[in-house]
Amino acid sequence: MAFDNVYLDNNATTRIAPEVLEAMLPYLKDKYGNPSSMYGFGGVLHRDLEAAREKIADLLGCSPPEIVFTSCGSESDNFAVRGLIDAYPEKRHLITTKVEHPAIKNQVPYLRKMGIQVTEIGVDKKGNIDLNELKAAITNETLLISCMFANNETGVLFPVQKIGKIAREHGVFFHTDAVQAIGKIPIDLSKLPADLLSFSGHKFHTPKGIGGLFIRRGLKIKPFIIGGHQERSRRGGTENMPYIIGMGRAAELAKQNIIEENTRVLKLRDKLETGILKCIEHTEINGDPSNRVPNTTNIGIYFIEGEALLLALDKHHIAASTGSACASGSLQPSHVLRAMGVPFTSIHGSLRFSLSIYNTEEEIDYVLDVLPGIVDRLRELSPFHSLEDIRAFGT
Amino acid sequence: MWEYNDKVIEYYEHPRNTGVIEDADGTGQVGSLVCGDALKLTLKIEDGAIKDARFKTFGCGSAIAAASALTEMIIGKTLAEAEKITNKDIVDFLGGLPVEKMHCSVMGQEALEAAIMDYKGLRREAEEEDTGEIVCNCFGVTDTKIKRVALSNNLHTTEEITNYTKAGGGCGSCLYKIENILDELWQKEGEKRPKEGKMTVVQKIKKIEEVLEEEIRPILRRDGGNIELIDVEDDRVTVRLMGMCQGCNASLLTLKGLVGEKLKELVDPALEVVEDGLR
Repeated sequence: MAFDNVYLDNNATTRIAPEVLEAMLPYLKDKYGNPSSMYGFGGVLHRDLEAAREKIADLLGCSPPEIVFTSCGSESDNFAVRGLIDAYPEKRHLITTKVEHPAIKNQVPYLRKMGIQVTEIGVDKKGNIDLNELKAAITNETLLISCMFANNETGVLFPVQKIGKIAREHGVFFHTDAVQAIGKIPIDLSKLPADLLSFSGHKFHTPKGIGGLFIRRGLKIKPFIIGGHQERSRRGGTENMPYIIGMGRAAELAKQNIIEENTRVLKLRDKLETGILKCIEHTEINGDPSNRVPNTTNIGIYFIEGEALLLALDKHHIAASTGSACASGSLQPSHVLRAMGVPFTSIHGSLRFSLSIYNTEEEIDYVLDVLPGIVDRLRELSPFHSLEDIRAFGT
Repeated sequence: MWEYNDKVIEYYEHPRNTGVIEDADGTGQVGSLVCGDALKLTLKIEDGAIKDARFKTFGCGSAIAAASALTEMIIGKTLAEAEKITNKDIVDFLGGLPVEKMHCSVMGQEALEAAIMDYKGLRREAEEEDTGEIVCNCFGVTDTKIKRVALSNNLHTTEEITNYTKAGGGCGSCLYKIENILDELWQKEGEKRPKEGKMTVVQKIKKIEEVLEEEIRPILRRDGGNIELIDVEDDRVTVRLMGMCQGCNASLLTLKGLVGEKLKELVDPALEVVEDGLR
C-alpha cells in the first residue's frame, strides 16, 4: 500500500481539523467586524470571542478571564517571563531547565545581559529533572521557575504538579510551557499549582498564528505587547477572530475525545516503537518510556545520520524529524539529547516520530515496512558497524 | 529543508563506488562522529594513477553525494592530477551544494589528501596538529584549516567559514577568533575585507571596476547597453550609461537599482551612484 503523506511530525505542527476550518470560515468571510466596535456588526462578535475563550478555559480547567490570546507559543513564553520580570523588578533570579524550547532557552542570554541571574537545571539520562536540585536552587531573589510540561523532542513529562507545589511553598511563581501537552493529556489548572501556562493552537489542529497564555487570577504581570485595551489591557492588538474561534473549536474537540483518542494514539505509538526496536538492531529509546506524552517517540538509530534518514523517509512520503546537527541549520545536535547525555552516535541518528489522532494503523504498518530497508542501506554505506569501529576511527 | 539539486539527490540515492578496498594502497579517514560527519576513502593506486576508489560515509545526504562524486572524479586520474582537486571542484561536479553544506565537500577533499599522504607514507593528522592551533573546540577545527579553506574558496565572513568548516557553528565562543584570523589573513593577502575599514582610493576604484565588469556589464549587454566609470570622489561614484542604456526610460532605475545596490553590497554601503552630466 502506498501513501501520499504519512505525517508523523505532529510535534512540529498538526493538520487543521476540518471542524476547525469550518468554524473559522464565517470569520474569514462575512463576520469580519472588530469585536471592540460599538455597533452590532462588530460588537456582536464579542460574544463569539468570549465563547471561544470559555471553551479553552474549559479544556484547561480555569476560568475564562484567565486566558489571554497571543499570536503563538513563543509569544506566550516571552510574555510570561518578561511580563513577570517587568512586574517584579526587585527579584533578580530565575530557574529553568536545560531542555526548554528555544522560546524559553534563548531568552536566557538576553535575561543575563539584563542582569538577571538564571539557573538552568540539568536532566538525567531519561530526561527527568531532580526536584532536590530544583529546591536547592531557590533563593530569596528567585522570582520564577519556568519548566516545560512536556518536552518537544522526547515527549518526556515533567513533574509539574510537584514543581508547582515547591514553588508555592517557597513563594516563587511557576510558569509552564504546555505547548506539547495541550490536547494530548488532560490539563487541570484547578488542581495544578501553576501561575502561568503557555499553549499554541497549531499543535492541536488549529492553523498557525494563534496561541494563548493562562495567567492566574490576581497575578501581577506587565503586557509584553503594549497597545489597546484588548485582552483586559494585558495584550494589545485587535483580536485575531478567525483563529481564536478556530482554537476554541479545537479545544472543544480535544476536550470531547482527549482520553479515548489519545489512548488510540498511544497504542499506535507503542506499536511503532516496539516494532522498530524489534526489527532494527542497535536502536534505543531516548527519553523515559514510562513517562511521556502518548504521541511521541524518539529513537536513536546507531551508526547512521538523521538527515540522510529523513531524506529517504521523505522519498516514501513519510514525515518525521531528527535531532541530528545536519538537519538543524545550526550545525549543533539537539540540546535536549545532549543535556540527557545521549551518545553522539545516537543523537545524530535520532528519529522523532510524533503522531496525532489522524494517524492510522495502516500508516504505522507502512513505516515499519519501509524503515528497516532504509536503515540497512544507510548502514551499508556507513564506515561504522559497532562502537569499536567508532573508537578505532579515532575521533 | 535543504534544497538539494537533482544531481545531489541522484548521488545520494544511487551512490557510485561505495565500500572499502580490502588491500588498499591509500586510506583516508576524516571527520568524526561527534561532528556528525565521517568519511573513509580507500584507493587502489597503480603506476602513479588511481585505479579504483571506494568510500564509506556516516553523514547527511550531501556528505554521501560529495563522497561519491569525489570517487567518480578521481578514478583514472594520476596522483598529480588528483592532488589538484579542491572542494570547489567537488561542488562544481555536483552542480552546487547549499551553502550550509559546503563542509561536506571540504571533507571530501580532506579524505583525498589523507589517502594520498597515507599512500606516500606520510601522516596527515600529525602534520596538521604540529602546525595548527585548535580554534573551534566544538568541532576541532584548526587555524591552519580555516586559513586554507578561506583562501581556496575566497571566504571573507565568519558565517562562510562556519558553512565550509563548521568552525564557530557550535557554542560560538570562537567566532571572534575566526574574525581575527580572517582579518589577518586578508590583510596579508593585500585585500581589505569589504565590510570594514577604509579602502584606499585606488583599491576602491579597482573594486568598483571589478563589480561593474563582473556583475553589471553582463546584464546590460543583454539589452545592448554598457556602462563606463567616470569618476570616484569620496563616496560619490559617477558613471555613464552607454549604448541602448543611454536615454532609456529605465536608465535611472538601472542606475539606482542595479548598479547602486550592487556597489553598495559588494564594495561599500556608503557609495552613491550618479550619472555623468546629471546632478
